[in-house]
Amino acid sequence: MSLSISLTINGEQRDVELDDPRVTLLDLLRERLDLTGTKKGCDRGQCGACTVLVDGRRVNSCLALAASQDGAEILTIEGLAQGETLHPVQAAFIAHDGFQCGFCTPGQIMSAVGLIGEGQAGDDPERIREAMSGNLCRCAAYGGIVEAVLEAQRTIAAGNGADTRRDAA
Amino acid sequence: MNRFDYVRPTSLAEAVAAAAMPGAAYLAGGTNLLDLMKGGVARPERLVDITRLPELNRVERLDDGSLRVGALVRNADLAHDQAFAATYPAVAEALLSGASAQLRNAATVGGNIMQRTRCSYFYDTASACNRRELGSGCDALAGENRHHAVLGWSPACIATHPSDFCVPLVALDAVVEIEGSKGRRHVTLEEFHRLPGEAPQRETVLEPGELVVAVRLPAEASAFASHARYLKLRERTSYAFAVVSAAAALVVEGGRIRQARLALGGVAAKPWRARAAEAALLGAEPGEAAYAGAAALALAEAKPSGDNGFKIELARRVAVRALSLAEAGTPARLPALPASVFASTTGARHDA
Repeated sequence: MSLSISLTINGEQRDVELDDPRVTLLDLLRERLDLTGTKKGCDRGQCGACTVLVDGRRVNSCLALAASQDGAEILTIEGLAQGETLHPVQAAFIAHDGFQCGFCTPGQIMSAVGLIGEGQAGDDPERIREAMSGNLCRCAAYGGIVEAVLEAQRTIAAGNGADTRRDAA
Repeated sequence: MNRFDYVRPTSLAEAVAAAAMPGAAYLAGGTNLLDLMKGGVARPERLVDITRLPELNRVERLDDGSLRVGALVRNADLAHDQAFAATYPAVAEALLSGASAQLRNAATVGGNIMQRTRCSYFYDTASACNRRELGSGCDALAGENRHHAVLGWSPACIATHPSDFCVPLVALDAVVEIEGSKGRRHVTLEEFHRLPGEAPQRETVLEPGELVVAVRLPAEASAFASHARYLKLRERTSYAFAVVSAAAALVVEGGRIRQARLALGGVAAKPWRARAAEAALLGAEPGEAAYAGAAALALAEAKPSGDNGFKIELARRVAVRALSLAEAGTPARLPALPASVFASTTGARHDA
């Protein structure tokens, strides 16, 4: 059985034929669309490495069936920067050493972009830690991650960010 | 993961018809079902994707004052709905204490109620588990069972229901709206989940093919808005299931408790309504003495199912503390760490 789905991925419409309904959004991105920035960690929704935005909301792409996302707008780490200009969250992760090995980083950054869009944490580091608890970092760069989220949020609020559509995402 | 047929109906009638086939399962957020399928614990032959059914997506106030929450409403959307959180604060707090932000964005109201136990023997297909395969036995009985049930368990199964959301819901007399081939019916959440007895594989009262379409909170549930809390003890501060939790709600007038609700999580195969405790609180003076008496009644029938005797005293203490927090009043804003036993003031570290 073949399933035809249509997705908007990083602003570009992609029509995809799925030969197997078992394909997750994560495997579709990595194995079939060569978007390997999104990482597979646990593949069971426990680590957050696979976090992407679906219709502006951060989710675990390993637990999302690709077929069920038909029509959705997907934003991955590859879609954040504007050419050579990094997204404010990306820039802040570098400025604050929000990573060491880097494996969890695309998921951390996408989760942070989602968090800022949700607008629930404010500038309270404890609320940011709580809202980022779905992203594990084995290198324990958590201190830098929280600082990066705080700074990126300030940058975006000040209007110095990338284009507004992506900030809103 | 086994192969399956994938269908995406566009109407409720179509969905119920598609799920009438044996081996069919409904798919919504998928956060629990896909995990179970990846582990081979669930092996549906057909997935009926209900995410496109528009009538299941709404939150609406009904004429009788009750609130109807569609089964497809996402956990995060419900918890952050300001009117909802102000009226049913313990429910919002429970939702935000569960899982992670990513999972709450995907997981649905119906899926939360339908989620399966996290008993590790249920998840391990090499282990004996009567819930997964009736008659195979229960490896949890002589295994790692610190987190297992202390109320309502049977020798066939000692698993717990993992939901936070269901605990305040059952305390507030929530009702589950169910659609099936024979039409619609309503069951209280208290009756919805079954205790294991001799048939732990039958986890709910749902008949094959039936679908949860909504959850209703009766008009009376809003009486507790100013004094309702959820408290959840975990083995790490965030993103962990409850060891023991409690939802407590009070109406205090003239120095006496006029209405009381108490339910426990993490202690049984269903969210556990503590009705004897509630009855004992009526007319009592609010305070620790009354709460301790109520908590003792709530756990009166409890017995360890393994290395988990500690959970009985823990549940009493969590119940007392939840009642005390409810008496103190619903905070204007949820704490930074929802339902946490760590008190937290804005800007402070919980571990400082």
